[in-house]
Amino acid sequence: MKAHGTVHKYGDNIDTDVIIPARYLNTSNHAELASHCMEDIDKSFTSKVKKGDIMVGGANFGCGSSREHAPIAIKESGISVVIAETFARIFYRNAINIGLAILECPEASRKINDGDEVEVDFNTGEIYNHTSGEKYKAQPFPPFIQEIISKGGLLNSISQDGK
Amino acid sequence: MAMTMTQKILAAHAGLESVQKGQLIRAKLDMVLGNDITSPVAINEFNKFGFDKVFDKNKISLVMDHFVPNKDIKAAQQTKQCRAFAKTFGIKNYFDVGDMGIEHALLPEKGLVGPGDVVIGADSHTCTYGALGAFSTGVGSTDMAAGMATGEAWFKVPAAIKFNLFGKLPKFCSGKDVILYIIGKIGVDGALYKSMEFTGDGLASLSMDDRLCMANMAIEAGAKNGIFEVDDITLKFYKERMTHPYTVYSADPDADYDEVIDIDLSKIVPIVACPHLPENTKKASELGDIKIDQCVIGSCTNGRLSDMKIAADILKGKHIAPDVRCIIIPATQSIYLDCIRLGYAETFINAGCVVSTPTCGPCLGGYMGILAENEVAISTTNRNFVGRMGHVTSKIYLSSPATAAASALTGYITDPQASDM
Repeated sequence: MKAHGTVHKYGDNIDTDVIIPARYLNTSNHAELASHCMEDIDKSFTSKVKKGDIMVGGANFGCGSSREHAPIAIKESGISVVIAETFARIFYRNAINIGLAILECPEASRKINDGDEVEVDFNTGEIYNHTSGEKYKAQPFPPFIQEIISKGGLLNSISQDGK
Repeated sequence: MAMTMTQKILAAHAGLESVQKGQLIRAKLDMVLGNDITSPVAINEFNKFGFDKVFDKNKISLVMDHFVPNKDIKAAQQTKQCRAFAKTFGIKNYFDVGDMGIEHALLPEKGLVGPGDVVIGADSHTCTYGALGAFSTGVGSTDMAAGMATGEAWFKVPAAIKFNLFGKLPKFCSGKDVILYIIGKIGVDGALYKSMEFTGDGLASLSMDDRLCMANMAIEAGAKNGIFEVDDITLKFYKERMTHPYTVYSADPDADYDEVIDIDLSKIVPIVACPHLPENTKKASELGDIKIDQCVIGSCTNGRLSDMKIAADILKGKHIAPDVRCIIIPATQSIYLDCIRLGYAETFINAGCVVSTPTCGPCLGGYMGILAENEVAISTTNRNFVGRMGHVTSKIYLSSPATAAASALTGYITDPQASDM
């Protein structure tokens, strides 16, 4: 499985309040949530994002509230993968549980620029920056988590386990 | 093999003799929590996957607190969905308007969480119950749905940082100043994926309210959980309210910690976290003149009775500064009633404050005190992110109830120790 798209780059400590402000949490409608994604730090995000695009953040991406609305809004807006130096732990869990691809890669997080064209190979964890010609390598997931992802998220994996 | 307190609780709930950091386990849950914002997403998933029963109707808590009493039609629809789900599945601990409170004040007050429990909640501040010696952590709605269906959750066993507390807090300082000091020291990702374990002789001088406040903000240092060693104060608190048996777990003396940090409580001073991260801390006395438009005293961090008491002590017989709006929110119905009985509510109203029914409202910019463009608030809540309480240009300073109340009186951020309170 591969992703290929244009990068939307943000900084450190991108919190779930800026990913999806709480004033919009009176709905769980995915499309409605996506229509407000990132608006408090990047008003143009929703108009410029294209299906398959890639989001890159710095350290502690997704910190703050446990709202699953945040990874849902990012996924629904068309983002194919989020690359960051590190993820806040609840966001990390939520992304895996709902099937939003994420990769931890400090080098990619530092070197990729906004607007770069980037390709990600999920099987190898390799990230290729078409704009700069650089290659980066992300940490692969532990097998336990790969299994959740391969079964299509947590609830799929539970129902397939017969629970 | 030596284990931390958190590791012991997780091992016991995974049916294992021991666990070590990094190990992936599946653990049995003693409580699964959701609120009016996160539960609808969980209920949608629960229904989508066709689960027809919950694992234990006594071990699920649904607390309508974020946008309740309903702030608008959409919020009302979400509460309605939770109410119907609770009825369908016979959820015992469903709390709606009239008996609800802010979830992390309510569950300990009702004795629904206790020492040795494993608790997950679809709310990041679920880490609060670590104050009672539980392993308790925030998760998302899908984890909540899976937890309601199976009574289990997967965890990566965390490493830990030990905080060795000693000494006694000075006047006008509380657990809030200690946890803000710690977050300022280690940063908003200083405990990422780890446990923060609080121990030491200093615990004896920290009330349950102080501990609940400190464990509550473990997430603001990125921690998986915050947890306090169980002592007589914990057991007295829990035994007065307990709904189920408890088990006391202690860390092994030779348990492995990534770091040990000593904190002298007697050196703590009133601390304020400046915009826009909880790690941007300064001493209240060193802030200079920062004019405030609004003061909020309440939330799952600081809406408990001792928080109300210190605010009332400071505000008694005085009036807040002109041009300041002060919103005081006792966190549960019981605390609200105590505020009336003890005369705090009258003190607040005479001082020019408003006193609200329990709600998370202003803390997350939901309702009940939204900030306008460029406005400045001092708040006893837990996050000061961009746009958290309203307009993206508004600014939030986080503090203890004592500092917030002192600031409401002067109209500027004020050190309660320095002023003539």
